[in-house]
Amino acid sequence: MPSTFIRLEDPDSRWVNIQIDGKATRAREGDSVAAALLAAGLRSCRTTPISGKPRAPFCMMGVCYECLVEINGVPNRQSCQITVQEGMQIRRQIGTAEGYS
Amino acid sequence: MEKHELIVIGGGPAGLAAATSAANAGVECLLIDEQATPGGQIYRAVGTIPEKRATLLGPDYQYGRKLVDQFNHSRASYLSSTTLWNLNSQRQIGILRDGKASLISADRIIIATGAMERPVPFPGWTLPGVMSAGAGQILLKSSGLVPGNGVVLAGIGPLLLLLAWQYLHAGVKIHAILDMSPAGNLWRALPYLPGALLAHHYILKGLRYQLQLKLAGVKFYSGVTEFHAVGGDTLEAVEFTHRGGRKRIDTQLLLSHFGVIPDSHLSRCAGCDHSWDPNQLCWRPVADMWDNSSVDGIAIVGDGAGIGGAVAARHAGRIAGFEAARALGRMDAKQRDIAARKDQGWMRDDLRVRPFLEARFHPPAELLSAPPDETIVCRCEEVNAGAIRTAIHSGHQDANQVKFLTRCGMGPCQGRQCDNAVSQIVARELGDEKMVSGGYRIRPPIRPLTIEQLAALDAGADPK
Repeated sequence: MPSTFIRLEDPDSRWVNIQIDGKATRAREGDSVAAALLAAGLRSCRTTPISGKPRAPFCMMGVCYECLVEINGVPNRQSCQITVQEGMQIRRQIGTAEGYS
Repeated sequence: MEKHELIVIGGGPAGLAAATSAANAGVECLLIDEQATPGGQIYRAVGTIPEKRATLLGPDYQYGRKLVDQFNHSRASYLSSTTLWNLNSQRQIGILRDGKASLISADRIIIATGAMERPVPFPGWTLPGVMSAGAGQILLKSSGLVPGNGVVLAGIGPLLLLLAWQYLHAGVKIHAILDMSPAGNLWRALPYLPGALLAHHYILKGLRYQLQLKLAGVKFYSGVTEFHAVGGDTLEAVEFTHRGGRKRIDTQLLLSHFGVIPDSHLSRCAGCDHSWDPNQLCWRPVADMWDNSSVDGIAIVGDGAGIGGAVAARHAGRIAGFEAARALGRMDAKQRDIAARKDQGWMRDDLRVRPFLEARFHPPAELLSAPPDETIVCRCEEVNAGAIRTAIHSGHQDANQVKFLTRCGMGPCQGRQCDNAVSQIVARELGDEKMVSGGYRIRPPIRPLTIEQLAALDAGADPK
């Protein structure tokens, strides 16, 4: 199945290398982490602490907190508000992040 | 504690214009922005966007460059990627930057936090694959991302048409556009049409978008009701009632939109008085003609003060900048009046279209205040509409009491996504048409803050 989101071509793009759940991929410079996850084909970025259901970025402007992920070892980061950096380690967040219940 | 003469909060059209005009009048001014670059949501990434994408977004978007340029040429300073977790009536601000919390203050504050999309709970809106139309547009502006396997656009409001038009030019497959505004809206909006025609470019633009989309073969459904997003772990389809029949459209992406409302968490946290606007169906701050709030030294401008759009926000921002210059002794009232006159006229002209738009895109009451029982209303704590109604009918008579009982509004988003829905459900169940039962009480920290961040708070030496 084709990806939910695809990138428009842009010859001037510069790229950064990131890892999503340990897998190497690349993101466009200036992408938010949430955008990079969607561009990489991920459908969801976490499961909820209550029902365990999957969730994905919803508002992309910092008001819904659905896009929480672990970035460089720190959980509960708002991925739509954080810009990708070279070497960033991103992990999907399962339920309540460890140590943050 | 770090102290400024003027702090402007928010880097959209209102905030940029306010900071620019105040700084040009000699006020020492700091603009604090949640985003990495100035522009707000409407002109997001306008300073860094590739030319091809800017062309796709259209001339209205590109106007943002001028505002950003003017701001960059002013003496106002800029603090990017900074989150606010508090603002009190003493004009002390709690900020969070690079994971570090600190306090700063100002003699005067202009809140220009703008709008957010109206969160409207419907069955299935928490499924991955359901996003807001604003989110779709942000992905287009900042990352050049567009739907790769088709999209359904559904809800109410001009943004749906604009986004569809932008997608059409980007070669995106639009499965359908579903309009949930009631048929009667057109008639109710008609009396406002003559006034709106004084700002007719908005109306013509809307008609042009609609015509081009129809010519391109995009399917429109109007008067859509009983709208559901359905799927297992992710979205598979949307189902809805149209002309008495039940319809289903398979899609892996739904972008929904129900208009925009002021992002009022900060102004409510500061203790500014707010009232319910029955036309815009949202809380908006009470303000005088210079956009001063009920709290001394705090003004609120732009969409955060009530929805007026980007052009009106820009004029209101500039006017508030002059008013700040007056309050801080850089000009007297007469000079301010003269400085503000042109913007006041332009703003008045631009706002003439609003009563028409508000009536045309007025969401039906059932959609906002009567979601089916199984619909999740609080996305964070997963509280559904049935649980909220049960709480109300067991004697919990306002949004705060419902919150204490059910935990709705207590998750990470701190009620931003459910405040309007919960207060409208409460009002409907109680027959409280004037919304006197109110919304959530907003208390600091209004953004999640870890204990470590709070413990390491850099309050700075208090200048005594």
